Amino acid sequence: MSDLALWGMFLAAGLGTFAMRLSFVELYGRLRIPSVLSRALLYVPASVLAALVLPAVVYPNGQGEFVLNNPQIPAAIIAVWVAWQTRNTVLTLAVGMGGLWLFKFFGV
Amino acid sequence: MPYQSGREAFMQGVRALIPLSPGVVPFGLLTGVMAINMGMSPGTTMGMTLLFYSGSAQMVALQLLHTGVVPLAIVVTALVINLRFIMYSASLAPHLHHLPRRWTWPLSYMLSDQSYALCSLKLSSGELGQFAHHYYAGTASAMWLSWQLSVLAGIYLGASIPETWSLSFAIPLSFLALLVPGIRSAASLAAASVGGLIAVLAINMPYNLGLITASIGGVIAGLLIEGVRKRPLSDVLTLTSRGRHHE
Repeated sequence: MSDLALWGMFLAAGLGTFAMRLSFVELYGRLRIPSVLSRALLYVPASVLAALVLPAVVYPNGQGEFVLNNPQIPAAIIAVWVAWQTRNTVLTLAVGMGGLWLFKFFGV
Repeated sequence: MPYQSGREAFMQGVRALIPLSPGVVPFGLLTGVMAINMGMSPGTTMGMTLLFYSGSAQMVALQLLHTGVVPLAIVVTALVINLRFIMYSASLAPHLHHLPRRWTWPLSYMLSDQSYALCSLKLSSGELGQFAHHYYAGTASAMWLSWQLSVLAGIYLGASIPETWSLSFAIPLSFLALLVPGIRSAASLAAASVGGLIAVLAINMPYNLGLITASIGGVIAGLLIEGVRKRPLSDVLTLTSRGRHHE
């Protein structure tokens, strides 16, 4: 891809993303949010985060092929338990990564 | 608690973000490393990072660039992944819209999953007081800086991070650490379960539409469970049919 096309792509994606981030903040009052939508917003973080996490754990290669021997699954389950018990981000990451390395090492 | 000054609120916001940075830094490092490995120059990589300011969209764009997808399809995919920002924007708008543009434009540009997750509940409860937007600005600036610096560090680390560290697993882990404590009701559990499940099943949908489909499915599941627990079933059915007209 030429440099021009590359920067054009960056600019278009960047401006589009900025427009979406600004949308309701800028047009508040003119863009009406239906009440169903405003209640729906409560569930956006849980839904989007889970939709980002689960495929990334289940498909370690980034493609849609299920791998039976996948140490990410037990590591993620332990991380969920730690997050549930401690609500501590750093500990969740440390235990999750440590778990992954252990499971990899022992070939689970 | 309400803060006494804008400065205090800002610093508390910065402090609130610090525990999340171990989930952000590896992702940023990885983005920088990946871009350099693909033959991008440091200047181009930082230009992309400044313009996108969105890790997942940037990662996907890098992958698609690598496989030779046309620029327009890359832009569309990146924007689809970032559709969630419209919902974040709508959720933060009641607390930010009254500010002048010299506030709202930079704050909107710096809107991220992390600062949204830290601030959305605190803003709507009103517990932050009159300096709430300073608190949000603190989380957003700290997030922006740690992202830019970690990509920059990744550029200079280049290929020296061994593949065997599996650092990319830190990405889903950091999302898990945000997700799990946020599940406080049967409805949010339903939203997460359905969203995650659809995303796994719809992984092969083109243009990453699986993520959007899953997100919408999860939100509908959350609303349904909320409705079932609060009112008789007949009301729920009319509510959802009304909901469909808005889409």
